[in-house]
Amino acid sequence: MNKFESALKNNDFICSECPRCNKLVWPPSDFCNTCLNQVSWRSVSRFGTLIEFSKKDKTLFCIAEFENAIRIMGTLETRSKIPLIGQRVQMVKCEFNGNAKFTFQLE
Amino acid sequence: MKKVAVCGVGLTKFNSDETTIESLMLSAVKSLFDNTSNLTQGQVDVVITSTNDNIKYLASIVSEMSGISPRVSHSVESLCNSGTNGAVSAFSYIASGLADVAIIVGAERFENPGLVLDWDQSRGQYKHPIYWSSMFTRAHIRKYGTTLEDLAIVSAKNHKNALANPYRYFDREYSVEDIMKSKNLTQDIRLLDCSFPCNGSAAILLVSEEMARKFADCPVWITGIGQKTISAGFTKNEDLTSMKSTQLAAADAYKMSKRESKDIDVAEIHDAFSICEIIELEDMGFAKKGDGSHYVKSLYTTEDRRINPRGGLLGSGHPLGATGIAQIAEIAQQLQGSGGKRQVKGAKVGLVHNMSAAATSSTVLVLES
Repeated sequence: MNKFESALKNNDFICSECPRCNKLVWPPSDFCNTCLNQVSWRSVSRFGTLIEFSKKDKTLFCIAEFENAIRIMGTLETRSKIPLIGQRVQMVKCEFNGNAKFTFQLE
Repeated sequence: MKKVAVCGVGLTKFNSDETTIESLMLSAVKSLFDNTSNLTQGQVDVVITSTNDNIKYLASIVSEMSGISPRVSHSVESLCNSGTNGAVSAFSYIASGLADVAIIVGAERFENPGLVLDWDQSRGQYKHPIYWSSMFTRAHIRKYGTTLEDLAIVSAKNHKNALANPYRYFDREYSVEDIMKSKNLTQDIRLLDCSFPCNGSAAILLVSEEMARKFADCPVWITGIGQKTISAGFTKNEDLTSMKSTQLAAADAYKMSKRESKDIDVAEIHDAFSICEIIELEDMGFAKKGDGSHYVKSLYTTEDRRINPRGGLLGSGHPLGATGIAQIAEIAQQLQGSGGKRQVKGAKVGLVHNMSAAATSSTVLVLES
């Protein structure tokens, strides 16, 4: 299990960041995908933006974007609200059990 | 750069029988030798295999089983566009002068890996392709008003076209209503909007200009090649109503061939899901953005086979490593006038589009008789 996956297992959402380019490196990696410098790691804001969503049975799934840099798919909990593209979402849970798993909630 | 032609094809019936990958490939190679006059094992310089199977040293195994001792033999894997990647590799060997005669054989077993890209953690728990295709579909519906019926028409057209393809996986016609009533996998994807993994194999013979007429009276020249990888992870697709890798690969292929979309008489394009055909038609210039579904509807109602005459992936089945090779084989046959009941009358210029992993990479080829 790598650093990113270990963090997910503890419900921590972290990402690699390049101190030289001052940007998040996504997907997580040991080296910057622009300058190939060694990265550092930091927590990512759990608040993001809803990019797109659909539904399987009664479960909504979506793409959400965090810090204008990281787009991921996860389950969307609406709390009985109607989702709208561009709406603010919160990552309420991240997990790792061989595979990453993310849960978002409408604000 | 030397000119390179498709001079022979070998196809097998797509199915779901128990078999091995080397057996599937050998069947396609045998079909290629049966179909190609004057071809002997000793003339083959290159054997390239394309598959997602985990077997090792496959190109050498297939070479030995076929009685070929090539100078170059290796496998190419690139998920769903493994086949066209193998063809481009072989093209390069011939165009550079390193080889004159190459066999590219693609195959897949229905249960092979390759459907899901485990590496892509950005997909979270939604790794199956129905989820990325749902995102593309919903975005297109939202932006352009595309309907679920529009999607069903894509599938109905390609299933109908496939009935004239003797190597197809599906043996029956599906109406728009059948497709609309098939199981809802998600809000935006029904079962019959999906291509099905299956067994299948296909082979092509690529030959240098100097030797092409030894094997074919009407060689089909590869005049344009475009390939682009934008990422491996699906969520790097910024605009979910477009496939950027396809736009860029098509632009390069058109530029190299000095052709435009209006010059293309017949095309096989990668309809892994119904929405893919609509977006690809728009991104390669066959229809304006937002008009892809109207164009498909006009093809369906007029029984025009210009797009996916063999039935595409939806109608023919999708044995990943074989798909790109089968697409090239179809366009080569069309441009030679040997498309049988599928023939697009007078076709002289054709296009193949083959992509992988939610269009994170695409290959586009232009072929001419």
